Amino acid sequence: MTTDLIIFLGLGFVALATAISMLASRNAIYSALFLVMNFITVAVLYLLLNAAFIALVQVTVYAGAIMVLFLFVIMLLGAEHVEASPGLPWQGPVAVLLGLILAGEFGLLLFGREGTLAQDLQTAVEGFGSPASVGLELFRNYLIPFEITSVLLLVAMVGAIVLTRRERKESR
Amino acid sequence: MNVPTHYVLALSALMFTLGVLGVLIRRNTIVIFMSVELMLNSANLAFITFARSFGEIQGQVFVFFVIAVAAAEVAVGLALIVAIFRSRRSIDIDQISKLRG
Repeated sequence: MTTDLIIFLGLGFVALATAISMLASRNAIYSALFLVMNFITVAVLYLLLNAAFIALVQVTVYAGAIMVLFLFVIMLLGAEHVEASPGLPWQGPVAVLLGLILAGEFGLLLFGREGTLAQDLQTAVEGFGSPASVGLELFRNYLIPFEITSVLLLVAMVGAIVLTRRERKESR
Repeated sequence: MNVPTHYVLALSALMFTLGVLGVLIRRNTIVIFMSVELMLNSANLAFITFARSFGEIQGQVFVFFVIAVAAAEVAVGLALIVAIFRSRRSIDIDQISKLRG
């Protein structure tokens, strides 16, 4: 068992444990904090997979901005505990069954046949995944999608403001 | 890191399955939304793994776009949840049945 495999298994265990804790905790704030930890663990995995730039984006955008937004909304609405209604009685078992079927299909796809997937990860070339290489690819071949993304973010911002704006009385 | 590719993909698949379970089981709309984020994240992990496995940088560029779209999606989704909470005083997914036919 190599050092890499031990590191990967440890990180994978933390990622899965935080994901399960996120599902299991009754308090939505705890769920959000477990999800932050999951994102940071995945960011460390990105670092190990030669994706330094994406790892930093993951920490700043996902673990930073998005999860702060989640926590802010949870605290704003006071929505820590809303598991009151009983719901459908057979929902839990059916959900677990469907999840097991999905996991089985994934397992069949990944482990059921020999192919390119079963190989070790190649050793990356020098500078693979550095901010410079990602930026060059982004601005050479993906310039139009990049610009469209900026428009998308603008539209999302306007949409969020419009959706949460209080309706003003229009009597005058 | 030198581990077989399908180990990392298996981790990604398990995280995706947990996200699906969260959407199916939980009743709190915000936690359901966080489960969707978990699924997006696991898809990103698969992208990064394939980028490394094939030595192509495009996978990482796609993850960049997915993160940008996820940020936009979270902003609009949470705004929707706040708007629903204002009108229904609840974010329990079972209580939001006004559109039921």
